Order: sequence, then structure tokens, then C-alpha cells
Amino acid sequence: MSLDAVLDVIAAACLLIGALLSLAAGVALVRFPDLLTRMHAAAKPQVLGLLLVLLGCALRLRTGVDITTLVLVGVFQLATAPVAAHMVGRAGYPHEYIRTDLLLTDELAAHLDKVAAGDQQDPAHA
Amino acid sequence: MTPAPPVDPPRPPLTRAARRRNRIIALTGLTSVWVLLWGTLSWANVISGLVVAIILLAVFPLPPVTFAGRIHPLPMLHFWLRFLQDLVIASIQIAWLALRPPGKPPFSAIIAVPLRVNTDLNLTLTAEALTLVPGSLILEADRTTGTLFVHVINLRSREEVEEFRREVYALEARIVAALGSPDELRRIRENPPSPLDLEGASR
Amino acid sequence: MTAVAVTVTALLAVAGGLTLIRIIRGPSILDRAVATDVMLAIIVAAIATEAAYTRDATALPVLVVLAVLGFVGSVSVARFAARRDAE
Repeated sequence: MSLDAVLDVIAAACLLIGALLSLAAGVALVRFPDLLTRMHAAAKPQVLGLLLVLLGCALRLRTGVDITTLVLVGVFQLATAPVAAHMVGRAGYPHEYIRTDLLLTDELAAHLDKVAAGDQQDPAHA
Repeated sequence: MTPAPPVDPPRPPLTRAARRRNRIIALTGLTSVWVLLWGTLSWANVISGLVVAIILLAVFPLPPVTFAGRIHPLPMLHFWLRFLQDLVIASIQIAWLALRPPGKPPFSAIIAVPLRVNTDLNLTLTAEALTLVPGSLILEADRTTGTLFVHVINLRSREEVEEFRREVYALEARIVAALGSPDELRRIRENPPSPLDLEGASR
Repeated sequence: MTAVAVTVTALLAVAGGLTLIRIIRGPSILDRAVATDVMLAIIVAAIATEAAYTRDATALPVLVVLAVLGFVGSVSVARFAARRDAE
């Protein structure tokens, strides 16, 4: 088996696993009970799945210019995905979208109460 | 939008040298992105990238971030390997959670983790690394106390909550080991994670 | 490689369909934003698979644009949702 064939097999495996992770995320999006748990599901194709698919693509293309582009896509995604997730989670937190009956503990609520009590001007979502 | 009042924590102002170092790091980063976009390393690309980077930094100056330490290669490698390991394990766990036969929906928890090293850089990196691994998600970060509020999925008991809190501390220790200053490293060593919850909160 | 490409395409198509269900059902705008993000990740995976299958890099710059677009989209929806609630 030549090196090319080996690389092709690895690339195919990467693409397949990436697609499977995307499928699992799709199922999770439909099945998970609330916004926050769905956000966990969304993290998979955006991080591990994307890295695997990009790796598979790079292994097939094998030219410098294309690999730099793929690296750039990966780095952008890794740098921005947590920021976007944080902003969505923060916008969604103090609302009814969250199934509090499925939470074991909520230490942020206690923190917000404390902040609101110590503050003259109530935050908007107290 | 931040629930906490916008009080800046007491942080020493940056020295001139530190500011220059920050600017050089930002310039190098932006220029390498530009070169990667073009895909070829040539003088024309590097110079045009530098020009674009200088204009960008002049128009949109970056907030000052103190970076007191330096990069330690071996702990850095350790951090990345552990990160990849966590990423793979957590992805499989969440995928199984999604595909498993119907049953009770998974429990989750929102926990507060007051970090031991309260610098913007450490807070940001720990939050980013936590969020990138499926299964944990940053909801809120309190800069004044250096506390992260993490939403964790697939927990079954209070014991697992405490276990996860210890894992966050271990992650913080790995990040500080990779990037921290001697003073920060000492602070990690001298304050082993205590099971005591500083927020003193349970629902 | 053709069999792999067909399988990957089928998996991504099912994933996209499920994601579309969540985009339609909501219930909140943030759920839709999260689902749209996943949809974008699926599209990126599809374009990358196509590039890998044909060994043709023409579409790769699109991936860079999509990566940035997904971020800007989520952040603006989140800001919009946060501001509307604050009023």
C-alpha cells in the first residue's frame, strides 16, 4: 500500500467520523430538553467534527496553499466558537428557556441574587 | 448586561515595555493571518500584511492585557495533549447521550468556580478551553472575583459536581503552568483546590 | 472514495434535516441561533468533503468566510436577544 493510499484511508476515516458527530449533534438538537443542553450538543460539530473534517480535507489536498487556508478556518473556529457560545448562554440564562428542574445546582442564581441585593439599582433581569 | 456592576478590578497599569510587547505580539499575529490567507510567504505579502495590521491596530486598539509570564514549552505540550484527550472523550460522551435509547433527560448543573489566578488572560483562556470541550459551557464570568460560572451537562450527583470543580482547577493549573509567571505558579502551588464552595450556595 | 463520499453526504443530509427541525420549532430565537450555527458547521463539513472528494480547492475560501459569518451571526442574535429583554 502506497503512502498516498494510506493518507486517503485516514482522510476518509476523518470525514466519516466528522459526519457522524454532526449527525449526533443533529439528533441531540432535537432531543435535548433546553437551550443550554442543546448548546453542548452544538459544540461537537463545531470543534472536534470540524477539526476532523478539515484534517481529512488537508490529507486529500496535500498542497501548501490549501493547508494554510484550512488551518486558518480551524483557528478562526476555535477562537470564536467559545465567545459566541458565551454570548448566547448569557443572553439565554435568566429566562424560562432553561429547565431548572433538571439542574442539580444553580450557583449563578445565588450569585445574581447577591449582586442584586448589594446593588441599589436592580439589574434588568433580577 | 453584566449582572455585576462594571467596577474594574484593581490591576496595575501596563508599563511602556509591556505595552510595546503586546503591540508586537498583535502585529505578528495579524500579519501571519494575512500571510496564511494569501497562502504564500513572500515579501510583498508580509509587507502588505504589516501595513494592514498597523492600520487595524491604530483604528481598533486592543484592550490592555497583562501577560506577565512566558511560554513554557513542555507544560504547553502537556496542556494541548490533555485538551485533545478531553475533547475526544467529551465528544463521544455527548454523542452517546444524544443517541442512547430514550430515558430520563440528562441532569446538568451551573457551578461557580472562583479561579486562583485572577488575571484577564487566565480567565479568558480557561473559559475558552472549557467551552471548547463539549459538556461544559461558560455562562458568565465575574472579573472582579475571577469567578467562572460553568454549565455542565450529564452529572448525576453532588459528588460529580465537586469532581468537575476539581477538574476545572486542574485545567487552570495546566494553563498557568504553560503560560504563567513565577508568582502565579506559586499561587497555584500554595492554594490547593479546596472542596469549600466560596459562593456558599446550593439551591 | 466514492462510497465514503456518498455515506458522508447521507449522514450530513440527515443531520441537516434534524437541525432544520430545531430551527423551525424554536422555541426561542436563541435556540434557532444555536441550530443555525450547527447548520453552518454542517455546510462547512459538506463543502470540505466535496473539496476532498474532487481534490479541488476552489471552494476553500468559502470556508473562511463561513467560519467568520457564523461567529458574527450568533453574536448579533445574542446581542439582539439580550437588548430586547433589557428594555
